[in-house]
Amino acid sequence: MIAFLVKRFGQALVVMFVISLISFSIQDNLGDPLRELLGQSVSEAERQVLRDEMGLNDPFLEQYWRFLKKAVRGDLGNSYFFKRPALEVIMEKFPATMELVLGATLIILFLSIPIGVYCAINPRSWFTKVMMGMSIIGISIPVFLTAIMLIYLFSIALGWLPSFGRGETTMIGFWETGMLTWDGLVHLILPSVALSSIMLPLFIRLIRSEMMEVLEQDYIRFAWAKGLSRKRIWFLHALKNTLLPVITVGGVQIGTMIAYTILTETVFQWPGMGFLFLEAVNRVDTPLIIAYLIVVGVIFVITNTVVDLIYGLVNPTVRLAGGHS
Amino acid sequence: MALLEVRGLEVRFPMRQGELTALRDVSFSLDKGERLGIVGESGAGKSVAAFAILNLISRPGYISNGEIIFEGSDLAKMNARQLRSIRGNRINMIFQDPMMTLNPVLTIGTQMIECLRTHMNMSAGQAREKAIDKLRQVQIPSPEERIDQYPHELSGGMRQRVVIAIALLTDPSVIIADEPTTALDVTIQAEIMELLLALCENSDVALMLITHDLGVVSQVTQRTVVMYAGRVVEEGPTRQIIENARHPYTHGLIAALPERTNPGMRLNQIPGVMPSLAAIPPGCSFHPRCEHAMDVCRSELPDYVMDGGFRVACHWVAHREQQP
Ligand SMILES: Nc1ncnc2c1ncn2[C@@H]1O[C@H](COP(=O)(O)OP(=O)(O)OP(=O)(O)O)[C@@H](O)[C@H]1O
Ligand code: SF4
Ligand SMILES: [Mg+2]
Repeated sequence: MIAFLVKRFGQALVVMFVISLISFSIQDNLGDPLRELLGQSVSEAERQVLRDEMGLNDPFLEQYWRFLKKAVRGDLGNSYFFKRPALEVIMEKFPATMELVLGATLIILFLSIPIGVYCAINPRSWFTKVMMGMSIIGISIPVFLTAIMLIYLFSIALGWLPSFGRGETTMIGFWETGMLTWDGLVHLILPSVALSSIMLPLFIRLIRSEMMEVLEQDYIRFAWAKGLSRKRIWFLHALKNTLLPVITVGGVQIGTMIAYTILTETVFQWPGMGFLFLEAVNRVDTPLIIAYLIVVGVIFVITNTVVDLIYGLVNPTVRLAGGHS
Repeated sequence: MALLEVRGLEVRFPMRQGELTALRDVSFSLDKGERLGIVGESGAGKSVAAFAILNLISRPGYISNGEIIFEGSDLAKMNARQLRSIRGNRINMIFQDPMMTLNPVLTIGTQMIECLRTHMNMSAGQAREKAIDKLRQVQIPSPEERIDQYPHELSGGMRQRVVIAIALLTDPSVIIADEPTTALDVTIQAEIMELLLALCENSDVALMLITHDLGVVSQVTQRTVVMYAGRVVEEGPTRQIIENARHPYTHGLIAALPERTNPGMRLNQIPGVMPSLAAIPPGCSFHPRCEHAMDVCRSELPDYVMDGGFRVACHWVAHREQQP
């Protein structure tokens, strides 16, 4: 267990190192930060002076080494636009994104398991056929299109739900939450639904196919031969085996969802990290871009670790070890 | 009256190419405490017959005809709830591969206790006591610890002992064992078979033993049913089947026994293979492989000839019996 966590910590360091190296090396291709910083009116000579001062003319490795030395102390540089530490700016937006991901995850969790199980048990029912058809459609419609359709239907046509922003928020320590007020919760609905729109059908299909495979296994037939109730066979014997592979895939997908938050947050003007990231890209705010990528990388490693821990708890044949992954 | 009587059982699998008939007019019976062997090559329909008894044929298969009378009522006509009160309670099963039979994510204890709690009015504590007791009966060392382990922590032989313990938990009147030792290491096959036999004898449980090994059948069972391509071709007391088989297919099976072959000689396998369900020959389905086949065998299905405790479906045998 300790060996496992140490190994994961090592992996996290490697991931962050690689991300920083990649994002640091592409920054020259993003555009000229000075133009954004100073505007058009500054002369070329003055620009060169400023470039020298900022160290932008130094060799790549020298710049990267300087960046790394600061980075290990938690200093990822100042945002050019906000003139404040980039990490601080990102972390302020972190709760908004996490609550969005949490909302989408809850929707996926509470819908995909019952629907997937139902579709596996009743492969011939009309509900299953409708679900399977809809899930194909759901997977193939891009998130932003779903988002726009949701806004049109529920905000504009029906006027039931708000279409942008987080609504009323409360501070708990450093965490700015929208989940304690009615207004905040209502604002969370449409973005969460939009964010879950790709993963939900994916999960329904995954759970259904896993469960159908499990239902064919000898141990399920043996459970029937033991005269157990249907409820026990489906929801204990079969479901527990079904969820094992789903947990692994699911963990990776929740990580992937972070990427979709960029689109969702932009469409819904959701003040989270993704929205901020897109703005940073437009402004060529390199430190902010790098900080975002590193934070996302860390989230990936953490989710994978948590997923592996849960998997180890549920699956008796797995022993968490520092050895192979 | 027999404890379990299967009469005219027919099982079909609707397939894209049309319906396949896996069992045709299968009848046999099992008395209280009796041990019946079901033999035949792979694909004969032994497993389908076993699962059909508890109405557990895998979809899309279904019982299209026949009766399965157990203690006076027809299992083929029972609803799901009635069937559940028989399955795992009065009639229990042992499967072939103990590596696949036990649920990998539940402990041995969970998988035993649930049987008792489903079928008997027992507290969790009582059920656990009884489960440990049964594990001891199947000679599992330190059952108090084993009961909390998961299947993967046990060897194949140990797991089959657990499965046997589960089958005996509810004091059933019938155990259907479908090739219970085939998947095990040869060195422990005899040991597990003896254990099963002893336990069935002690508790007066009727055993329906499915196997393709006539050698095991001759050591364990009192009566034998021989199946070929979904039909019963011969039935009789095991002793006499071995010593005085009438059906050419049974002859072939006996001739193929290793102990009937001289050392260094090739096994006397029956030439040819069992036909697939989609291509069962007309008349006697064994005729392409039979050395006694006559013209009538190619066109007419042989009826059963009854003779004392024997029952044979063969034109050649019927023909011989008519001669004085
Ligand atoms: N689910 C199914 N769908 C279609 N056909 C099936 C199905 N299950 C069994 N059969 C067919 O029924 C026939 C009898 O199969 P069964 O499993 O009973 O044979 P068996 O005598 O038990 O053989 P073995 O010794 O290999 O276990 C086979 O031809 C098989 O193809
Ligand atoms: S009926 Fe004919 S073909 Fe069939 S076993 Fe008897 S002799 Fe052989
Ligand atoms: Mg079989």
